[in-house]
Amino acid sequence: MNFIEAKEVERVVAGLCVKANTFLRPDVLKSIKKAYQKEKNGSLSREMLGILIKNAEIAGKSGLAICQDTGMVAVFVEMGRNAAIKNGDLMKAVNKGVAKAYRDKYFRKSVVGDPVLRKNTGTNTPAVVHIGINEGSSIKISVMAKGFGSENKSRMVMLDPTAGVERIEDFCVETVKKAGPDACPPYILGIGIGGTQEECALLAKKALLRPITKPNRLKHIARLEREIMDKANALKIGVMGLRGASTVIGVNIETGPTHIAGLPVAVNVSCHALRSASAVIGK
Amino acid sequence: MPLDRKDILFLKAGEQVFLSGVIYTARDQAHLRMANMIKEGKGLPLSLERETIYYAGPTPSHGGKIGSCGPTTSSRMDVFTPALLKKGLKGMIGKGKRSKVVRDAIKSSGAVYFVAPAGAGAYLSTKIKSMEPVAFEDLGPEAIYRLTVEDFPVIVAIDARGGDIYERLSEGK
Repeated sequence: MNFIEAKEVERVVAGLCVKANTFLRPDVLKSIKKAYQKEKNGSLSREMLGILIKNAEIAGKSGLAICQDTGMVAVFVEMGRNAAIKNGDLMKAVNKGVAKAYRDKYFRKSVVGDPVLRKNTGTNTPAVVHIGINEGSSIKISVMAKGFGSENKSRMVMLDPTAGVERIEDFCVETVKKAGPDACPPYILGIGIGGTQEECALLAKKALLRPITKPNRLKHIARLEREIMDKANALKIGVMGLRGASTVIGVNIETGPTHIAGLPVAVNVSCHALRSASAVIGK
Repeated sequence: MPLDRKDILFLKAGEQVFLSGVIYTARDQAHLRMANMIKEGKGLPLSLERETIYYAGPTPSHGGKIGSCGPTTSSRMDVFTPALLKKGLKGMIGKGKRSKVVRDAIKSSGAVYFVAPAGAGAYLSTKIKSMEPVAFEDLGPEAIYRLTVEDFPVIVAIDARGGDIYERLSEGK
């Protein structure tokens, strides 16, 4: 058994929260720069994309959050089957790490304890924690700070099993159309196809953890990723809804086995400030 | 800032403008509270006459450094906006489209709706010179903050004549 201190988990989670919120992911920054090049010189669209690039620079240098909506935190923990936590509880350690980062770095506390009563917890916890078991003896932790402007535009549907690829594409493109200019385009889409309802939504969220510059390794899914991106860009919503060339700068799909009577599809919408970071403990 | 009536009439949808002066943040909960106060005939915690509201919930400031402060989605405040316009509100800054009801209310009040660069909270904080809470402090990031801004970049999204850069996208509503 590889015993890992709970304090170490807390420390690493805190560090990942800070990194996610202040250093824009390199694949995302690269894609925004690509979008910048696509716009006409002197256009308002190009200027707005230029501001996003400047914003990433300012955040990285100053430690200011990339976006004031430092989000609700989703944590993905992959425990090696030979790893174990000592001197503490995994869930408590993860939440302590999140609370520490949001307190020490003055990030916004945007979590309410009860969805109906809506009292702010003041700590940006609890985080949403997904735990899985893997091979090995280390712990892989991925942290995503998810803002709710984009989260609120996420949708899912239970399609007929015979619906076909075009219907899947239409649903995803329609999701972007409904989001319009409201959730800070250009967007990044995490799409889940298959599973049960809750697994499908989880696939969509996990899809956003993969670099958006890397296609799905299944050829027929990689093709679907490209087609959805092309069709969504044809909507010509553009940055800030200014009708520019880039409405969606990344599409990642994750698939899973599903039931013979079902075709669940989930779209988790992210804005251009897709924020996540990961680390491995106990290697 | 505050906006001059003449200046507002000059502004055209799609124009880029730089704002300097005082604006007030207010978002979901603050709007809900103000709407209830108006309904109950109570006085608002601040005069909205000629003022501009910025739909934002900033990250906290500390050590004199202003936190990240970009715009939040304006459409969530649509239902509360006509009442505030009646109270003299003249400007709004946010992101995304508004409803037809709000567009019409902006037109009839001679007001203006701006959009600020969306998702650039760190960049925008460099245009904010001071921030202090003035009402509903218990709401934390959702409190009403008084901001002094300098060369704060915005784009006119809905002008006083009802010109709307998102009209094409609002058509479906």
